[in-house]
This record gives sequence, C-alpha cells and structure tokens, in this order.
Amino acid sequence: MARLTKENEARARATIALYPQARSALVPLLHLVQEQDGNLTTDGMAHVAELLELTPAEVYGTASFYDMFFMHPVGRYLVSVCTNIACMLQGGYDLLDHAEESLGISAGATTDDGVFTLEEVECIGLCGNAPCLAVNWRFFGDVTHSDFDGLVDDLRAGRLADTVPPHGTLSRVQRAVGLLADTPPKPAAAKKATTARKAGKKA
Amino acid sequence: MPTTVDPIVTRRIGIPESWTLRAYLADGGYEALRRALTMSAEDVQQEVDEANLLGRGGAGFPAGRKWSMLRKAEPVYLVVNGDESEPATFKDHMLIEQDPHAIVEGALITAKAIGAARVFIYVRGEFALGIERMTQAVNEAYEHGAIGYDIFGSGFSVDVVVHPGAGAYICGDETALLESLEGKRGFPRIKPPYYPAVIGLYGAPTVVNNVETMANIPWIITNGGDAFAALGESQATGTRLFAVAGHVNRPGNYEVELAKNSFRDLLYDPRYGGGIRGGKSLKAFIPGGASSFWFGPERIDFPLDESKVKNEAGSMLGSGSVIAMDESTCMVRASWRLVRFYSRESCGQCTPCREGSNWLEKIMYRLESGAGRIEDLDLLVDVCDNISPGVGWPSKFPPAMTTICPLGPSIPPPIISALGMFRDEFLVHIKDGACPYD
Repeated sequence: MARLTKENEARARATIALYPQARSALVPLLHLVQEQDGNLTTDGMAHVAELLELTPAEVYGTASFYDMFFMHPVGRYLVSVCTNIACMLQGGYDLLDHAEESLGISAGATTDDGVFTLEEVECIGLCGNAPCLAVNWRFFGDVTHSDFDGLVDDLRAGRLADTVPPHGTLSRVQRAVGLLADTPPKPAAAKKATTARKAGKKA
Repeated sequence: MPTTVDPIVTRRIGIPESWTLRAYLADGGYEALRRALTMSAEDVQQEVDEANLLGRGGAGFPAGRKWSMLRKAEPVYLVVNGDESEPATFKDHMLIEQDPHAIVEGALITAKAIGAARVFIYVRGEFALGIERMTQAVNEAYEHGAIGYDIFGSGFSVDVVVHPGAGAYICGDETALLESLEGKRGFPRIKPPYYPAVIGLYGAPTVVNNVETMANIPWIITNGGDAFAALGESQATGTRLFAVAGHVNRPGNYEVELAKNSFRDLLYDPRYGGGIRGGKSLKAFIPGGASSFWFGPERIDFPLDESKVKNEAGSMLGSGSVIAMDESTCMVRASWRLVRFYSRESCGQCTPCREGSNWLEKIMYRLESGAGRIEDLDLLVDVCDNISPGVGWPSKFPPAMTTICPLGPSIPPPIISALGMFRDEFLVHIKDGACPYD
C-alpha cells in the first residue's frame, strides 16, 4: 500500500525512457504497481501520476478501462476460468461451477484466507486445450475437475512457486537495454547485455 | 483433398526451446534480415507486394499496400498487433510464445522497408509467458546485433519495445490499440479519412501489422514474393494458420495452404481437426471468429479463400478461427454466450453498440432461460438493424455499420445466424419455457 520503492521507481523511469511520450508508459507502470502491491493502490497510482505528470484522475480513468487491473485487494492467486464459446462447448461452465464449489466462493469473490480470487473471464486464447483457466495469467489447459483440485492443493502447498508468481507479476524477464538506435555501442553496454541474458535464462 | 506444403509460420513449432535465439539461428534465423538490409526499401516492399500477403489479423488488407500508403513524414512507427482476443482464436498466442524471433525478424525487415526507427510490439496483457518470451527474444536480438545501432553493420538503426496490454478486446482494433499504446483508454478512432498510415501513433504515420503477418515476412524475403504467391490461388496466396476449436477430436492450430483446402479439410482431416468428437454430426460452424456469420454443414466444402467466403457466402475468414458445434449444441445458448462477450467488451463510445449489445444480451438470456416471448425474435432483429442497418439472413459482406469500429457490426452475426438457421430452437425455448438442452 505504498508508493513505488526506490528500485521500482528506477524501473519505472527506465520504462518511461523507451517512449517518445511519457504517457505511453502508463499501462506498463500500472502493471508495476500491481506487481509491487498486488493491486492498484491509491498511493501507487498517485505516484505513477507524478512520474508521468498526469493527474490522478487521468491515471484512474485509464486504469479502470482495463480488465487486468484491480482497485481492490485480490488473492495471492487470481484464478481466471474461461467460459467463452470454445470452453463453453467443452465444459467451461461445469468447470466454473466446480471451482466455485471447491473454493467455496462465487466468481468475483476471494477466499477468507485471502489466497484465492476466482473470476469468470472471456476467451484467454487456449482454445485448443479447452476447458482452460489461468492462475495469475499462467495458463492451464484440458482442466478436469480433479486437475482443478490438484492445482488448488499444489498452489496452497507452494509447489508451483516457480511456475506461478504472485498476483500482479506480469513478466519475470526485464528488458536488458535502453534505446540504442542512436547510440554507437560502448564496451559497458555489451557487458550489461550479457548480464541481462543470464537473468533472462534463469527466468 | 487437402494439399501438403512446407509450413511457413509453424515450421519451428515443436523444436525444443523454439523460442530461443539459439534454436532460431540453428534454423537460419535472421538471415532474411541480413538479406533485406542489403536490399533497397523499395525492393523489400516489392517482394511483399508480389507475395500479396493479406493481413492475418482479421481485416485482410494487403500488407504491402498498407506500407505504401504511409504519409511521407518523419518519424514513422511500426506497431505489431499481438493483442489477439477474438473468441476461439489462439494462433497468435502460440506464435508469440513459441516463435517470437520470427515476429521480431519480420518486424525488423518491415521497419527497414518503411523506414521506421522504432517498433512497438503490443502483446495482449494476459499472455504473461508470451510477454516474457518476447522480451527475452528482443533482449537476445539486441545482443546479437539484430536490433540497435547500425544493425549488422548495415547503417540501419532501429529500436524495438515490447509493450504489454492490460485486458481489453477492443484494443485489437488498430486505432484502439494506438490509443492504448499512448496510455489512454482503448477507444477506437474515427476513420476514414485518417487511417494510421496518415495519422497514427502520436499523430505520426504508422503501420500496424498483425504478428502472423510479421512471421511470414522473413520467409517471403528468403524465398521471394513470387514463391509465396505461387501458393494458394488468385488473391488468396500463401498459407494461413487456422485455429480449430469446439467439438472436433483434435482442436489446435493448423497451417494450411489457402484456397486449395476447404473447411472440411480443417475439421475432418486426421492431421487437422480429425472429425467431430464422439462420432456426432456437425450442426454448424463459425468460419472466421466470433464476429463472422455462421455456416451450416452444406458449406463444409467451401474453400479457404477470403474473397470467396466474403463475396459468395456473406461471411469471412476473419481472425482465422473455425469453431465446430455438434448436434448436441444449444444454438440459442451459443449465440447468447457470444453476445454476452460483446456486451462486456463494448468500449461504450457509440450508443448503438453500447446499448444494443447490452439489450441484446438481456433478450438472449431471457430466451435461453425460458422466459422469452415470441415478440423477442423481431425485437432482436430490430436492435441488430440499428447496429448494422440492413443486416439479415442470408448474410452479406461487408456489414453496414453505425459505429466507429467493427465491434458494433460484430454483434449481430451470432444472433442473425442462429435465428436464420435455427429459428425452431428459439420457438421451442419460448413454447417450453426452458432450454431443451438442459
């Protein structure tokens, strides 16, 4: 529930530098706030507004348009079950019913322990493996009811920590360089890229 | 009979770690870029013109012509549209995750052809792994010298920025995508007269191309536009990646030669859809994504040829998704579910779409749940007509529109198709006061 940390503010400034107009960095910066706080906190959005020289209303006005942004706390795991046409034809609604029963909550709600938030979503593009769902936008296909229960157990036990980062973390791979088109390469730049590649491989 | 050709955009799918630079280079990756960098911008464009590569995002506009329409001004931007969100379409999702370097290389060649110094690759926000893989691919390509200052010593310099979306179907519309990339709500812009080629990102001339379109470009440069145009027939050149979903035995993405293959091949060939699940019969299929008018089994032998599907059958290949529905499907329910999608995703700018989609969803839900009235059927058509004047069955292409973007006229097809082909099912719902499939 806070402004961006020093480290995240540095990431924010590096992101802003990639665009001809700072406002373009708004959505990436909102993802950064959500990564830090788990949802879009008022302080986080206000900080983004400062960094981009926008009003908080401009930031909120954009943020509220997009489905992936939450203005209220959500569980550590956001479970998004697809019920659009391809999944509907392959049992997507049965899966959603099962998820509601299994977690003991309705779609849109969060479990009392704050671990799971369940939502019904539109097509997430894994229709070759319908019915499907995502946990913090990591995808799982051909999900049977027992698969779902196993997934919930694994998540609770922390067995999927490598696959599913906490809610809000969109990309674990960061851009390694700034804009280089106008900059003849220097030895320092080459070293930086090597370090980043290693980081990327680990992810 | 389905034809067999060497795949273009799926050739690396299935190679271990196909998304890495190492795997891409082992397959001759970035050689097409090296070649393009020795060519003039005009010659690169000429090859793509000759290929007659139609945009693979949905609108099907020739990529080469899109490039040639750019207003002469500096700077020029290239934006790659990876915001695939059309229901039951999952081909770009696979390409972004499995073969990001092909998209990057295609984008770099395109940047050279149009003189863009900066490329933005907009990836749908939900594709977390795709964003990671694309970011890593861009990092690797910088390190390889394929992006940045004086790439491969050619004198051409370019930057590539991966930009995540945040969940909004409407941003797949190229002008909504540009608004989103500018950090705003994804409201489509009014066009014509000013398409992105004239006034695009930050008001600058901009090319917006789909990721599958980009993934074709390296092959075209390596093999020549004429080799691409030799595949398919007439205006339907090359191969296309189709996302086959619904009640088939083998749902998945299949790349097939255009025009020489039919919907039957996609749905029934053992290499592709493999027939209808459980030996059931096909009731209807949606030929080109949720926004297209449906086909009955009598259209199964229709060729995969965009202009024929549009002009002779009043539908479209659209987003490249084919959805099979077997005899056990409630068509009222299928139609309702698609309308519900549009009612959720309407951006709200235009009254016919914002109000129409929501009222249509309510009426469809009423019918599906057994509380519908016989007058509802005319009411549905009336509301659809307000969104897309003259809409009816059999359908015609292109649909008229009263809205800024094509989301509006995408709402009537599931309703008009279901009413046109399965009116009796609506009547049973009304008469029985319940869904007969429940």
